[in-house]
Amino acid sequence: MGDGREKSHVTLHVEVELVRGSFELEVEFDVAAGSVLAILGPNGSGKSSLLGSLSGLLRPHRATISFGGRPLHDLPPHDRAVGLLSQDPLLFPHLSAVDNVAFAPRSKGAGRARAREIAHRWLAEVDAAQLADRKPAQLSGGQAQRVAIARALAGEPDLLLLDEPLAALDVDAAPAIRGLLRRVLAANDTRATVLVTHDPLDALALADQVLVLSAGRVVERGPTREVLSAPRTAFTARIAGLNLITGTAVDEGLRAEDGRLIAGMPARDAALGEPAVAVFAPSAVAVYPADDGHPGSPRNTIGTVVTALEPYGSVVRLRTEAGLTADLTPAAVADLRLEPGTPVQLSIKATTVTVHPAAAP
Amino acid sequence: MPWVLWIPALIALALVVLPVVGLLVRTDLGRLPSLIVSSTSLTALRLSLETAAISTLACIVLGVPLAIVLARSRFRGLRVLRAVVLLPLVLPPVVGGLALLYLLGRKGFLGYLLQVTAGVQIPFTTTAVIIAQTFVAMPFLVVSLEGALRNSGDAYEQVAATLGARPWTVFRRVTVPLLLPALGSGAVLSFARALGEFGATITFAGSLDGVTRTLPLAVYTEAESDIDSAVALSLLLIVVAVVVIAVARPRALDQVGGAERLR
Repeated sequence: MGDGREKSHVTLHVEVELVRGSFELEVEFDVAAGSVLAILGPNGSGKSSLLGSLSGLLRPHRATISFGGRPLHDLPPHDRAVGLLSQDPLLFPHLSAVDNVAFAPRSKGAGRARAREIAHRWLAEVDAAQLADRKPAQLSGGQAQRVAIARALAGEPDLLLLDEPLAALDVDAAPAIRGLLRRVLAANDTRATVLVTHDPLDALALADQVLVLSAGRVVERGPTREVLSAPRTAFTARIAGLNLITGTAVDEGLRAEDGRLIAGMPARDAALGEPAVAVFAPSAVAVYPADDGHPGSPRNTIGTVVTALEPYGSVVRLRTEAGLTADLTPAAVADLRLEPGTPVQLSIKATTVTVHPAAAP
Repeated sequence: MPWVLWIPALIALALVVLPVVGLLVRTDLGRLPSLIVSSTSLTALRLSLETAAISTLACIVLGVPLAIVLARSRFRGLRVLRAVVLLPLVLPPVVGGLALLYLLGRKGFLGYLLQVTAGVQIPFTTTAVIIAQTFVAMPFLVVSLEGALRNSGDAYEQVAATLGARPWTVFRRVTVPLLLPALGSGAVLSFARALGEFGATITFAGSLDGVTRTLPLAVYTEAESDIDSAVALSLLLIVVAVVVIAVARPRALDQVGGAERLR
C-alpha cells in the first residue's frame, strides 16, 4: 500500500448503538473498499460488540450498516457476505484443511469439485498448499491461522472482520502471519476490512485508518501513523502513543528520510530496501542535556529542542521539535530543568527500536 | 493419592464383581446350553434386542433435536423444561409405567382418543414396550448430548454462519458431525438402559410371551418356576451387556465429546 492506488467509491458505512446493562456503545464510521480500518481499544471498550454487530451474530439496538449502498443490518449473518477471522482459528475439527476452506464456496452453492478447486487456490495463496489434507488437530497454531485466513477469504467477502488475529500466536509465528495478512489485504481493492486489536503494532502494520475506542465511545480517529505518533488525547497516547520514524529498511535498522541511520532490530517481516518505519516507545527514550558529550552505549542520539511537557498519570511526556516523545519521571524533569525551549539530546538503545514494513502512507 | 482410598475402592469393585461371580457359581453348567437355546430364551432375547434397537433409534430421532433446543435456544421456562426432561431418570420406572398406562391406556385420555378415532390400542403390545423403553432411556441421550453441546459452545456454528451457511446447512455440516462422539456414547447408554428396562414395561406392557416379555421380564417370570432357567437368562443378559460395553468403550466412559475439542 502507500502506492497512491485509486480507492473505489464503494464504502462500508456503519452506525451502531448498543446497550448492555450499564455499558453503552455508540459508534459511527466509514471504511472505503480496499482499505483497512483498525479499531484500537483496551478490553471492555466495546470492540467485540462492534464486530458482532457487523457480522450479524449480535443484534444491536439500532444499527445502520451498509456496503456500497446495500443495507446489511437486517440480514442474518449468512446473507451478509462477511468473513470473520478471530484469534482462535476455529477450524472445523472434523474437516480437512481443504474442506474447511471449501466450506464457504460450498455454502454459496458451488459444487464439491469446484469448491475444492477454489479452496486449493486460496490455500496456495496463503502458502499452505501442502497442508490441504491435514486435519486441524495436526496443524500448529500458525498453520491453523493460515488456513483460517484462506477460509475467511475463500467466500470472497465484501467485509472482512479481523478480531485480534495475531493475539493467540507465539512470537515466532505472529510476524509471518502479520506479513501474510499485509499481503492479502493489499491484494484486494473491493473489500472493506475492519481489524480489531489492542496492539498498536498490528494497526501500524495492517491499517490505513485507526479508530480509538474507549468505553463504547470513539475518542480519536484518523490516518494510522498520524494517530499513533501524534495522539491528540491522553487516552490514545497511553494505549497507543509510539515514536515513529519513516524511511527505508537497511541492514542495521532504518535509513530515515533525512538520511540519518536509526539503528534498530528489523522485524521478521521487514524486507531490506522496502519502505519501513522504526518504532519505539516513549518510555525507551532517555533524555540528556545537549552539552553532555556522548551519552554512552545507546546507538541513536538525536539532538533537538523540547517543545512541550505533558503529565500522563505518573509520568511526564516530553515532546520535541524532532517529533519524538519521551516519558520521564517528574523528578528527572526537575533535575534536568527541562522546559519548552531547552535543547536536549535524545538517546535510544538500538535494541528497543523495531523496524517494521510500512503500511499506511 | 492416599493409599487409604484403596479400601473403599476395593469394596466398591467387589460389590460390582462378586454378584456376577455368585451367579456364575450358581449356574448349572450341564443344563446351560439347552437352557440358553430354549425357545423361551431365544424369543425373549430377540424381542429384547429388537425393541431396544428401535427405542434407541427413537431416542436419537427425538432426543437429538430436544438436546439442541435445550442447549441452544433461550426462552422463559427453559430451566424448568431441562428439569422435566430428567424426570424419567429419577422416577421409579414402575411409576413411569403407571403414568404411561393412564395416558395411553383405555382409560387414559390419549389412549381413549386413539381407540375411538383410529381403533388403535397400545397397552400390552410390543409398541408399548418400545414406548416404555424410550421413556426411560431418552434422558441418558439428551443429557449427554446437551452437556457436549454446552461444553463446545456455538463458536463453530457462528463461524459457519459468517461463511454463508444457512441454519440447515450449519446443522447438517457442523452441529451434527461435531456431536457424533457424544451421540455414540449417548446411544450406547440409551440402548443399555432400554435393554435392562423392567418396571415400566411390566406395568404398561405386561409380560406376554413373544409379544412383550423381554429378557428382564423373562428372568423374573422364570425365577418363580425354574430358577436354573432364570440364571441362564441372566447370564445371557450379562453377555449382551459385556458386548455393549466392549463395543462402546472407550467413548461411553469418557463421555464428554466436547472435552477433546477444548484440548
